[in-house]
Amino acid sequence: MKSMSAIIFKDIVIEMRNKESITSMLMFGVLVLVVFQFAFETINVERGLLAPGTLWVAFSFAAILGLNRSLAMEIDNDCLQGLLLAPISRGELYLGKVASNFIFMMIAEAIVLPLFVVFNNLDFNLKFLEVAAIACLGTLGIASIGTILSTISANTRIKEVMLPVLQIPLTVPVIIASVEATREVLTGDTRGISSWLYVLAGFIIVYLTASYLVFEFAVEE
Amino acid sequence: MALESEDIRKTFGYFTALGGVTLKVKRGEFLALFGRNGAGKTTFLKIAATLVKPTQGRLRIEGIDVREQPEEARRRIGFLSHNTYLYRDLTPIENLRFFGRLYGVQDLDERIHSLIDRVGLQRRASDPVRSFSRGLHQRLGVARVMLHDPSLILLDEPYTGLDANAVDTLNQMLDEAISAGKTIILTTHDLEQGLRAASRAIIIDRGKIVFTGDARDPATRDAYSQYIRVGVTP
Repeated sequence: MKSMSAIIFKDIVIEMRNKESITSMLMFGVLVLVVFQFAFETINVERGLLAPGTLWVAFSFAAILGLNRSLAMEIDNDCLQGLLLAPISRGELYLGKVASNFIFMMIAEAIVLPLFVVFNNLDFNLKFLEVAAIACLGTLGIASIGTILSTISANTRIKEVMLPVLQIPLTVPVIIASVEATREVLTGDTRGISSWLYVLAGFIIVYLTASYLVFEFAVEE
Repeated sequence: MALESEDIRKTFGYFTALGGVTLKVKRGEFLALFGRNGAGKTTFLKIAATLVKPTQGRLRIEGIDVREQPEEARRRIGFLSHNTYLYRDLTPIENLRFFGRLYGVQDLDERIHSLIDRVGLQRRASDPVRSFSRGLHQRLGVARVMLHDPSLILLDEPYTGLDANAVDTLNQMLDEAISAGKTIILTTHDLEQGLRAASRAIIIDRGKIVFTGDARDPATRDAYSQYIRVGVTP
């Protein structure tokens, strides 16, 4: 736990200093919401059906930017190798990076989500809190698989391209479950939400466990 | 033994970086590793530092098999590479505090300040590493290596980019480390610096040890000169 907290604290200090990760995620997330707002303004469809998709496009693509920045920080001056020299298990290192990536994504989402509510004329009520809870789960899923994928892509020549190419298909189950759960909350028809939440939780457990176990091979030179 | 390697081989695809290195380094020994670019020195040091897994062979650090107890082995190793593994957005103190927490160093703040003083970075202790020259980077890199008081110090071209003053400081630190019973393995192209305090010298060529000799023996100097001139050892 000490090593995990050291990694999280270090990432937070660096982020507070350069503000690269959160700023880029935030800008991208807001931009996506604004673009979709204009795109759907003239279409006469129920907002509750379209809004979840726009929200999760904003979250998932912004997450890729954040993961890229997190990766860049560790590649710069070969810092990842410095971490690998430390007497901590590769699994602990993975969990530390997942935690810091998750925190940065949640900070950006904490600003994007209220804007989403305003843009879609929703209320800051219980539904908002339910969507926030789904966002926490979905983001954990994205961070858990995204952290190992960003590490794998770090060892490739086209790292900036490789991450989205690997990340997008592998997060599809998490995104679909998150979109469906969000849609059910926003439309008020929550009969099937538990099954989507089970899917989401299942993928988070699978991604976290599998990544924890194979992280050692992902960081191998 | 501080380090025992048995038939260490490493291949990258079709390229053989190490073709079977068997080496025993006693505790307290200072070993200088020479060789041309691409000879396999850095690969061997990275394997010894547990950063790279060998394709074949066994490695023990202080009697610990690195495959079975990698974390225990790492606790005993300090490795300085071409890159210093320091975060450019953090200050020297923040960098050392981070690595100190990873290694579980006791009395961390005291240790950090004594090392910062030792490498002559007191005035720059609160500046981000981003603003440092290559030499200052390397000095802080040396402090990072020494932070957890490792018993096996692996140095890959440590003199690169250091000014005369910093070279003196590094040499003093290495002398102190040897006096304290630490084991040092150093790679360098600089024969004089390599042989200065070393007890044994080894030449690696194309992934194999081609010469081993006493560092103070003039024959070692001749072997290195011949190796550099014609590519073979006596």
